[in-house]
Amino acid sequence: MLEIKGLRANIGENEILKGIDLTVNKGEIHAVMGPNGSGKSTLAQVIAGHPAYEVTAGSVTYDGQDLLDMEPEERAQAGIFLAFQYPVEIPGVTNAYFLRSAYNAVRKARGEEEVDPLEFLDVMEEKMKLVDMDPSMLNRSVNAGFSGGEKKRNEIVQLAVLNPRLAILDETDSGLDIDALRIVADGVNKLRTPEKSAIVVTHYQRLLNYIVPDFVHVLAGGRIVKSGGKELALELEEHGYDWIQNEQSAAGAGSRA
Amino acid sequence: MSTAIESLVNREYQYGFVTEVEADTIPRGLNEDVVRAIAAKKDEPEWMVEWRLKAYRRWLTMTEPHWPNVTYGPIDYQDMIYYSAPKSVKPLASLDEVDPELLRTYEKLGISLTEQKFLAGVAVDAIFDSVSVGTTFKEELGKQGIIFCSFGEAIQSHPDLVQKYLGTVVPHSDNFFAALNAAVFSDGSFCYVPKGVKCPMELSTYFRINAADTGQFERTLIVAEEGSSVSYLEGCTAPKRSGNQLHAAVVELVALDNASIKYSTVQNWYAGDAEGVGGIYNFVTKRGKCVGVNSKISWTQVETGSAITWKYPSVILQGDNSTGEFYSVAVVNNRQQADTGTKMIHIGKNTKSTIISKGISAGRGNNSYRGQVKVMPRATGARNYTQCDSMLIGNECGAHTFPYIEVQNDSAMVEHEASTSKIGEDQIFYCKQRGLNAEHAISIIVSGFCKEVFQNLPMEFAVEAQQLLGISLEGSVG
Ligand SMILES: Nc1ncnc2c1ncn2[C@@H]1O[C@H](COP(=O)(O)OP(=O)(O)O)[C@@H](O)[C@H]1O
Ligand SMILES: [Mg+2]
Repeated sequence: MLEIKGLRANIGENEILKGIDLTVNKGEIHAVMGPNGSGKSTLAQVIAGHPAYEVTAGSVTYDGQDLLDMEPEERAQAGIFLAFQYPVEIPGVTNAYFLRSAYNAVRKARGEEEVDPLEFLDVMEEKMKLVDMDPSMLNRSVNAGFSGGEKKRNEIVQLAVLNPRLAILDETDSGLDIDALRIVADGVNKLRTPEKSAIVVTHYQRLLNYIVPDFVHVLAGGRIVKSGGKELALELEEHGYDWIQNEQSAAGAGSRA
Repeated sequence: MSTAIESLVNREYQYGFVTEVEADTIPRGLNEDVVRAIAAKKDEPEWMVEWRLKAYRRWLTMTEPHWPNVTYGPIDYQDMIYYSAPKSVKPLASLDEVDPELLRTYEKLGISLTEQKFLAGVAVDAIFDSVSVGTTFKEELGKQGIIFCSFGEAIQSHPDLVQKYLGTVVPHSDNFFAALNAAVFSDGSFCYVPKGVKCPMELSTYFRINAADTGQFERTLIVAEEGSSVSYLEGCTAPKRSGNQLHAAVVELVALDNASIKYSTVQNWYAGDAEGVGGIYNFVTKRGKCVGVNSKISWTQVETGSAITWKYPSVILQGDNSTGEFYSVAVVNNRQQADTGTKMIHIGKNTKSTIISKGISAGRGNNSYRGQVKVMPRATGARNYTQCDSMLIGNECGAHTFPYIEVQNDSAMVEHEASTSKIGEDQIFYCKQRGLNAEHAISIIVSGFCKEVFQNLPMEFAVEAQQLLGISLEGSVG
């Protein structure tokens, strides 16, 4: 479904991604872990098409299409969804209006009929239950004045409404207490189908107890330095990221000797 | 810039077409004979002619104001045409007599002058260049004693009312452009709501400049008698032309005891092209006077067009407990310039005013808010709240705020808040990531920014204003 090869990306003069290879097949969940500043969000933003990042080498294909050649909204319409680490506030625009506009834009792009505000309320009602969101949030401005946890939940409501084929969750667990984490993870699990895939970016192993990945990748210094099954997350939890970095430099020292 | 955005940048101004009608035009230039000729065209009584001449003579002694934060080349007042009317429109024409070509023009603008087809609940007066081409729903309004007609007709049919109120809010000598208007104004709308009557429908005037090199100088007068209320909306468009055209209108509002007037404007005059060639100079004087106790005047404006906008819809709060409101969205894109705001003059006790101004600057546009709040010595308990927000799109535009606060009564409370924000790349990206394109994203972000103003527009026009905003900002990111 998603195939990343030799991906390098800069922000300004700084190279952040230094050659990423990652393949995500239909139905798979991949966890991307790594220390702060290792480039996890950068990878997520580059897949979504943030204009601040410049791709300098490599390729990304999505369902056989050249993803890097598509506008961000085209990627979204094609079923890629990014739950942001830091969701943006849009004052004065209600969640209901924003979500319906997004929902209709995506439907329209797929050649489906747009829905009117009343039909949309039915859609929303069901999706909000999924993450135990209070219906009053529909009339609040998008993320404006939301607590950290509310913002993260709101991202998952949007995910549920837009029903993407590839979901990228960027540190959705940070800022959530354990109950909220369980609710959000349950919500994500309920949306799982054999047709859909996800990339779950997280700093901690905690979330992966609830959203169980098929693969775990460790990102450090802009490269995937280790990949494995779900047990890799537990090892990381036990030994810390230093363990990987030490292992890396040991390997580096060994090969030079 | 992406190609999608580029094609939107080059999108045509939707209302830029010209209507081919034979026109009755007074030769270029301005002098007393021209003033008299305009009055004669309209068969005006002597008192009106005298008032015009008084204004003209006063105008000769005045100089064009240059304090607004806008720049433009000199205006040659002798090279302008002061009167142009479609030949087929006779004064006082009934709707049935209107030239089909003109009716088609209004249909094209989305305004139907044939009553049965028109959006229920809105009465329209349509001004084409210098004259009114027809007023709808006149009879129905008449049953309640409401007068809604062209200014020319009011001078003929209701001279007592016109004489009583004309110039009482904006005197003929008020300022350079107001004096010019008083001398040469050709038409406009007149509205009178009698004691205790709540006007049952929105009243609306649609202004259209068609002829080239012609100034448009309309004059509107609205009087709300004791305990009455009325909501009025004006809309404006003009063809695309490479020259600049002057629009110098005057609006006077009078609210007596317990009366309320709500005046809304959706201004979409031709703004000039992307390089700033052509467009309307919109130099307008609008003022309301809350003469009576507990009266209320509320201005709402959505200003998206014109090359240059210079206007300060104001309220004189004379009656005790009277209320003044000003809600404004002013958008500049490309090379547009706007210097707009309001004046709230608190004279009576416990008078209240609210100012909400939203300035949006894009392209190389320059937007200034200029607002005065003046509390006179007798205005015990006066209150003002001002909120003035600017939003910048891109790096080449400008936003400026010039508040003038003068308080001469210690019990007054005047509050001013201001903010400037930039539409961030991150906000747009967030919207795009949810499947919305750049234009849609901007229109959503901007309409959120303008929410408090749009809420004050009559329902039928809020949607239109929001769409207009989207169109005027199209192509502003890329
Ligand atoms: N907008 C930006 N401007 C400059 N540097 C940035 C920007 N975004 C990220 N970086 C840098 O890129 C590196 C990777 O950041 P990020 O992808 O956010 O890491 P992670 O999500 O793994 O914590 C960090 O060194 C960070 O400082
Ligand atoms: Mg991050």
